[in-house]
Amino acid sequence: MSASNDKAAALHALNRAAFGPRPGDADAVAEAGARAYLERQLEPDSIPIPPELTAQIRGIRTLGMTPPQLFAEFQEPIREAAKGDVAAKKAARRAARQVVQEAIYARIVRAIHGPRQLQEVLTAFWFNHFNVFAGKGLCSIWIGAFEEEAIRPHTMGRFRDLLGATAKHPAMLFYLDNWQNTGPGSPGARGKFDGINENCAREVMELHTLGVNGGYHQDDVIALAHILTGWSIERPGFARRMGGFGGMGGGGLFGRFARRRADAAGGAADAYGFRFYPRRHDYSDKLFLGRKIAGGGMAEGERALDMLAESPATAKHLSFQLAQYFVADAPPDALVERMARRYLQSGGEIRAVLETMFLSAEFSDPRCRGTKFKSPYEYVISCARAAGVEVINTRPLAGSMAMMGMPLYGCQTPNGYSNTREAWLNPDGMMMRLSFATAIGAGRLPLNRPPQDYAAGSPDGAAERPMMRPAEFVDRPPPPDPAALAMTLGDLFTPNTAAAVEQAPPPLRAPLILGSPEFMTR
Amino acid sequence: MTKPCDRCEAPAAAGERAFSRRDFIRAAATLAAAGVVLMGPHAWAARALGGDGSRKRLVVVFMRGAVDGLNVVVPCGDSQYYDHRSTIAIPRGSGEGAAINLDGHFGLNPNLSALMPYWKDGTLAFVHASGSPDPTRSHFDAQFFMESGTPGDRATADGWMNRVLAALPGRHDSTEALSMGPLVPRILTGRAPVANLPMGRGAARPMPLDNPRIEEAFDRLYDGGDALSRAYREGRAARRKLLAELEADMNEANAGAPMPNGFSGDAERLARLIARDPTIRLAFVALGGWDTHVSQGANRGQLANHLKPLGDGLADFARQLGPAYGDTVILVISEFGRTVHENGNAGTDHGHGNVIWAMGGPIRGRRVYADWRGLNPAALYQERDVPVTTDFREPICRVLSAHLGLGDDQLAQVFPDRPAMTGNTAGIIRV
Repeated sequence: MSASNDKAAALHALNRAAFGPRPGDADAVAEAGARAYLERQLEPDSIPIPPELTAQIRGIRTLGMTPPQLFAEFQEPIREAAKGDVAAKKAARRAARQVVQEAIYARIVRAIHGPRQLQEVLTAFWFNHFNVFAGKGLCSIWIGAFEEEAIRPHTMGRFRDLLGATAKHPAMLFYLDNWQNTGPGSPGARGKFDGINENCAREVMELHTLGVNGGYHQDDVIALAHILTGWSIERPGFARRMGGFGGMGGGGLFGRFARRRADAAGGAADAYGFRFYPRRHDYSDKLFLGRKIAGGGMAEGERALDMLAESPATAKHLSFQLAQYFVADAPPDALVERMARRYLQSGGEIRAVLETMFLSAEFSDPRCRGTKFKSPYEYVISCARAAGVEVINTRPLAGSMAMMGMPLYGCQTPNGYSNTREAWLNPDGMMMRLSFATAIGAGRLPLNRPPQDYAAGSPDGAAERPMMRPAEFVDRPPPPDPAALAMTLGDLFTPNTAAAVEQAPPPLRAPLILGSPEFMTR
Repeated sequence: MTKPCDRCEAPAAAGERAFSRRDFIRAAATLAAAGVVLMGPHAWAARALGGDGSRKRLVVVFMRGAVDGLNVVVPCGDSQYYDHRSTIAIPRGSGEGAAINLDGHFGLNPNLSALMPYWKDGTLAFVHASGSPDPTRSHFDAQFFMESGTPGDRATADGWMNRVLAALPGRHDSTEALSMGPLVPRILTGRAPVANLPMGRGAARPMPLDNPRIEEAFDRLYDGGDALSRAYREGRAARRKLLAELEADMNEANAGAPMPNGFSGDAERLARLIARDPTIRLAFVALGGWDTHVSQGANRGQLANHLKPLGDGLADFARQLGPAYGDTVILVISEFGRTVHENGNAGTDHGHGNVIWAMGGPIRGRRVYADWRGLNPAALYQERDVPVTTDFREPICRVLSAHLGLGDDQLAQVFPDRPAMTGNTAGIIRV
């Protein structure tokens, strides 16, 4: 292969398995070979994380907290304060809002600076697959924990583990209402916990596993809803506070819930706040996807998730989703078929499916390169990476994603964001992208400014968090050097782009490179 | 699925949501950018009428998430309605919070009382037990089908409103159809150009591209005939108009006058924009928050809190249209209805048939158009949902033909393979 072809292949790998090249990446990957890079990325534990990044992430205190801890620290004060003191209530709310801001910060910093790039890409991918909306009640304080506990550890593992972790996470149980799903006439059925809620059962099959054409029917939705009755949330403040659960306008429910706390004894629980409530479960036998599941409590749900994870429809649905994200908006059927086969043969190993995909002829076909239109998230992150800037303040980046129609953790519906050209290419979107390219390319974004608001909202102040203490206080990173930026991107521009950059005044050259049609795609 | 929390200030949802006033100001500014004139009388007077010179318009409001139509237009005359809904039924009778009598059988959710003047003057109608014949209870599939206009066919690449645009006589430019929101919704996707109008803060803030030197540099980059270049040029043209209009607007005595908050104020201003620009033929707005699986409420609560601003907003919209109301049809649709019976969490799950709202001068209103079969289990779809006895395309076709003047061939392009008309909605457009 020629050197330029090696470089093009390296950039393709960096564009798809990573959020684009950082300075020096293209040469380094071309040197080692794109295939070696992909194989290494498939073994993230073999890639060391720089100590500075580890320290930066460890400094984000709420990221290491479990849902019960988060509830106790951020939700209970809101309830306490609600008894009168308006200022205290406001302060408690402000503190709670910081939790999602810290999750956004961690996500963006790792996406830009993390060396385990494929894991970062897959974290975003699987989060989107199992989307939760930060704007729905308690999800705002639990969304970061959801990603840390249910998504990130399983991005390349067994799909069944990912499915189980998301299905049991309090953020998902709350988002899709299953925490209230109750067996009709069960001993624990009372008040608003009085019957079936189909929401979670439907979305688990339609979006998370089988896909909408996966061969299930309304009867299966109802059966799965019955199977998942009693899958709910451990209530941390119960013993101390019988009053209820703030932020969702239904305090009384939790009072009842609390009084029945003893009911839960014996029900399985985990450290992240999942609890199975036997007294709210429907113990009857069920017919699910043509098979009988004998009434047996929580094991029924585990069995149902096994069946879903093992289904050929799930294999196909997931393979299509992955291939659409990593290969093409309309991925080749033959590739999807091979990936689905590998999924079934490997017992649902995500890493194996990814390997089949990344090592396929379809993926490495030169015609595949540069054909995926970047989503706003990918565009913003890839700009920051290419520019080689150190990011301490992620707000300008998160704000730009929102302006382009893709607020991080802000997709209201469980299907997540699309990743196709059709979804993202529009006139206003282009204006927003070019404005962002100009701002970051001219060094105008305050990416090095310690975000003051964090301190105002956090009880212990920003000073204790390493991420808030940059070594040098320089608000804005210097603008990227256009020649170096062109090299970072492999200097593979069309004559039209090259001429436009050449003719532009020097300060505009970096903005033009980041705003070029070549850089809009990956 | 989604129960928006009004106290949460976490990131806003993308796509559909209720507007805030801030959103509207930005959207309005961008409306101007799309060629719609913002308040000032200076520019639009010189502008030619669009296409065939007609001022007839269609506005579609999409309630994403499946609104509970049985609590919008309530079948008070069916006792089963009350049997199935022990905590969330809208009471009948004349007491406080009762449904407002429409025709002796159906009653209107009291949170929509702002629409009653339009019911009374005969320009508001409902089409009950209507919807898509496709059995899906997936929000995303059902919305796709209602926007593509081809239930059951996922291969359709464009939306029916875009096909309407193409079928309208005359020349087409990008000011003929508007969509509120940062993305172009499927219903307007297609070959005919469409302006999308983002909501949110900061549209009017100076942009780097406003600097002629920067613009010139990017112009060279995007001077081709490819999709990116076309999007770039449309975006630039819109931005230039926006700046001109904003500058002019600064001189208006009323500029920045306080408006009511929420959808009401947004709708009112949107109407002023549409009323002033005769080239706007189609507009689309999506609102979220209707997926009430939990704690739906009856005449108060979650659903009520979403219906009231919508009803008030539509009333303001109609008022603000002024004489243009006589030429405007507003259709309010949702992907499917919800279960007749209340679920275990004082909410409702995904159902089938729903109610379409039709409003505007051309509507022959004060009528609930329906082949209504009652709520006996035997009459229900799969013994749980309101059946679809009127295909959603039927009232839309009547609007397209009797109001916008499309012929049969054009209707066939907009809605290929549509079912034969039933007569259920005959006469819904005054001619």
